[in-house]
Amino acid sequence: MSIPSAPQNKGGSHPGFQLSQAEKTQLAHETGPEGATNPLRDAVDRRLPRIAGPCGLVMFGVTGDLSRKKLMPAIYDLANRGLLPPGFALVGFARRDWADQDFAEEVHQAVKEHARTPYREEVWRQLSEGFRFVSGEFGDKQAFIELKETIDKLDAERGTNGNHAFYLSVPPKFFPGVVEQLHEVGLDQGPEGSWRRVIIEKPFGHDLASARELNAIVDSVFPAKSVFRIDHYLGKETVQNILALRFANEMFEPIWSRDHVDHVQITMAEDIGIGGRAGYYDGIGAARDVIQNHLLQLLALTAMEEPVSFDADAIAAEKTKVLSAIRLPDDLGTYSVRGQYAAGWQGGEKVIGYLQEDGIAPDSVTDTYAAVKLEVNTRRWAGVPFYLRTGKRLGRRVTEIAVVFKRSPFLPFTPTQTEELGQNALVIRVQPDEGVTVRFGSKVPGTSMEVRDVNMDFAYGEAFTESSPEAYERLILDVLLGDAPLFPRVEEVELGWEVLDPIEDYWTANGKPEQYTSGTWGPAKADEMLAKDGRSWRRP
Amino acid sequence: MIKHLDSTTSAKIAGALIDIRKEAGAATTGAVLTLVIETDERHHYYALRAAREASRAHPSRILVVIPHPEQPFSGLDAEVRVGDEMGPGEAVVMRLNGELADHADAVVLPLLLPDTPVVTWWPAESPVDPASAPLGKLAMRRITDASGTHQPSSLTERLRGYSPGDTDLAWTRCTPWRSMLAAALDQLPTTVKGVTVTAEVDNPSSTLLAVWLGWRLGVPVTLSTDKGPGITGVHLATDAGEISLTRPDGMLAVLSMPEQPDRHVALKRRELADLLTEELRRLDVDETYEEVLRHITDHDVAAIDEVAPTPARPTTITVTAQPKDGPLGDQPARHQAQSAGEPEAAAKAGPAKAKAGAAKPAAEPEQGGDKRGDAP
Repeated sequence: MSIPSAPQNKGGSHPGFQLSQAEKTQLAHETGPEGATNPLRDAVDRRLPRIAGPCGLVMFGVTGDLSRKKLMPAIYDLANRGLLPPGFALVGFARRDWADQDFAEEVHQAVKEHARTPYREEVWRQLSEGFRFVSGEFGDKQAFIELKETIDKLDAERGTNGNHAFYLSVPPKFFPGVVEQLHEVGLDQGPEGSWRRVIIEKPFGHDLASARELNAIVDSVFPAKSVFRIDHYLGKETVQNILALRFANEMFEPIWSRDHVDHVQITMAEDIGIGGRAGYYDGIGAARDVIQNHLLQLLALTAMEEPVSFDADAIAAEKTKVLSAIRLPDDLGTYSVRGQYAAGWQGGEKVIGYLQEDGIAPDSVTDTYAAVKLEVNTRRWAGVPFYLRTGKRLGRRVTEIAVVFKRSPFLPFTPTQTEELGQNALVIRVQPDEGVTVRFGSKVPGTSMEVRDVNMDFAYGEAFTESSPEAYERLILDVLLGDAPLFPRVEEVELGWEVLDPIEDYWTANGKPEQYTSGTWGPAKADEMLAKDGRSWRRP
Repeated sequence: MIKHLDSTTSAKIAGALIDIRKEAGAATTGAVLTLVIETDERHHYYALRAAREASRAHPSRILVVIPHPEQPFSGLDAEVRVGDEMGPGEAVVMRLNGELADHADAVVLPLLLPDTPVVTWWPAESPVDPASAPLGKLAMRRITDASGTHQPSSLTERLRGYSPGDTDLAWTRCTPWRSMLAAALDQLPTTVKGVTVTAEVDNPSSTLLAVWLGWRLGVPVTLSTDKGPGITGVHLATDAGEISLTRPDGMLAVLSMPEQPDRHVALKRRELADLLTEELRRLDVDETYEEVLRHITDHDVAAIDEVAPTPARPTTITVTAQPKDGPLGDQPARHQAQSAGEPEAAAKAGPAKAKAGAAKPAAEPEQGGDKRGDAP
């Protein structure tokens, strides 16, 4: 009665065969870049975490919301988990007239309020020794000279060895200034053997032309492999799990094609309005804010072919293939919908409409809801529509991918027996309540044969940890390690705009957004769009 | 909620678990493994508390077995705990009275979750050969704690009883030290010429850390004792100068490297729950731990045993860490069997010499390896 232990043939490679190039890359990846030289590192020693090498992080825009709520807590959580190198340095750069201590105090507040892991004094002590603050404008050369001096001093005092990442948590209009100044004072180049990386946040432009312009600015200073574009969705465990679900299992992939899939619905709904972000949001809208990046990335991960390995190049290659195979419907009038939330009662709270929000012109045509039908022209997906929708002030906050399967070609039951049987579905719940739901038919207990839909549920929080790492923890660590599989490449960003630009152009030329009551699931026209295809939206 | 079942059976306990879950409105369990804990009255409270904490990361059905062979009548008393402070898992505390105390496996077997891993943990006293203990046989992973009792069990004992799938929390306690030392050498790739490890007397973790360093770096390691707490320092003599990681207070360590400023490193001694959480992350064989045990030679064992009975006197021993003729020497190296595409790994493990009489008789790593279908 012994229960076996050792998993066999871990690598999946056949004995007696040479490793393919991709497998070699993967092995080298697991061993790590230092694997060859550091005798204490060993690929089979899985207890040792990947700790970033000596380095520092320079943050532009430290006073912003994102930085306080997500980035600083993520850095503390990384330190608390022992994943940051000893001597790690965090340099803040902003317009405030702060000393190092004021900055440390600000980070301290942010950490106490928002960190995921418990506060520990000794971790804070270790971390806060590396805090520095430089005060200045984004275009001020003197401030950047000061920044360079600070960094050089850190290399000497803290042993950061010239390795620094620059996190541009600032509106895109400041990118050119910051990047230019970094170049001017020579911060884009470290000493021999060190690295410099730059991290940028969406929006990556507002159309193809502006995205190219932005990329040109960044590319002119930093080489492509040193630029990390953050799409925080890709740092989420559930999104990474799409790949595990599809490619680590035998039971899903055979039905993952037009033979069995009827259509796919990808939803990202928010229950909040634009809040205080009128300046950023007006003129951008839901489609540019969400569909172009998050939803198309989710589509790519759902629809892509199996990558030959899990390194950054292989995954990017497959994603790029799928994104370039996306086709828009001919009739954009029917198969693209935009809306604006109107006043209403959301979840028992009275809320105002978009046009009444502070700082929004009463005749604004910015979309707060967008839905579109796309097709992927590949052998696997031809004829299978992908319906994407996103919006603010919808029924509840939810992001999910629903793969809806075809009906069984033949049912040995009478129509009355299967009246309550819908289509089988596999739903990946990205957030909140992360997990996977499978919907299928089951016999209702009793003497008659009656089949009804039931749900089978896998909840992430139940099967694994209650406190999965935040997306930003993973992504920041990956930047420091120089590990890029979870970052969209410039090609992916541009392909995203190629999909969206014609839709935006059509919208600009035709009509205006339809109003929908806050707290509902969007404008009526979105329901008509699916009804025309004989389908309906899932209530997520 | 807690439900008491006196003079009960495994079937009734299983029924109670389902009933309570239904009452609570949760139809299914999210547990991904069964954690069996064999312990005594004195340790069960802390063990259960740690297991519940670990259950937040690895939802488990926790089965606590407390044998009471001194009781005159044989029988089974149980407390079933589900929900509330239990987090996502569920727990059963079982007291096995009289003759039943010798048949814990019969009680536990019907309560194992179907087709999921089983881990057995002995927080205090542990059997000499965990894999052939009744509750050890049910498990694919067996966790002992050499420091779980006041008198740490000797390393020699641990070695004799080793089977693939065993680990000891003494090894888990080394992880933060090991990762920080590895990170230090990432920063300064240099040749290490000698190692000194200082630790509290009777600290099994320090021995494992010393042997690991000796094995990986290929140099002799000096292990010396002081007042502690736990491991207090590691000094690496390198071509570039001395790298040291010292932790006098058990909380905050200092990393010193040549030509670099001293830096603080948070290196707190971890709680039991954290150790268990790390243990449950991987449920396959810990090959590195096995290699470390394999690198302990008879000479080392003798030296360590000499230190052990005289805890009052700080002593220095030298761990040579050569995989020649240690007590584990006659077990085939796992590395060779599994690393088809990794020639260096196979070379590293080296040919294991048979040495009669030194080790436990038959430990076949393949045992059960091909027979997955046998599991219930």
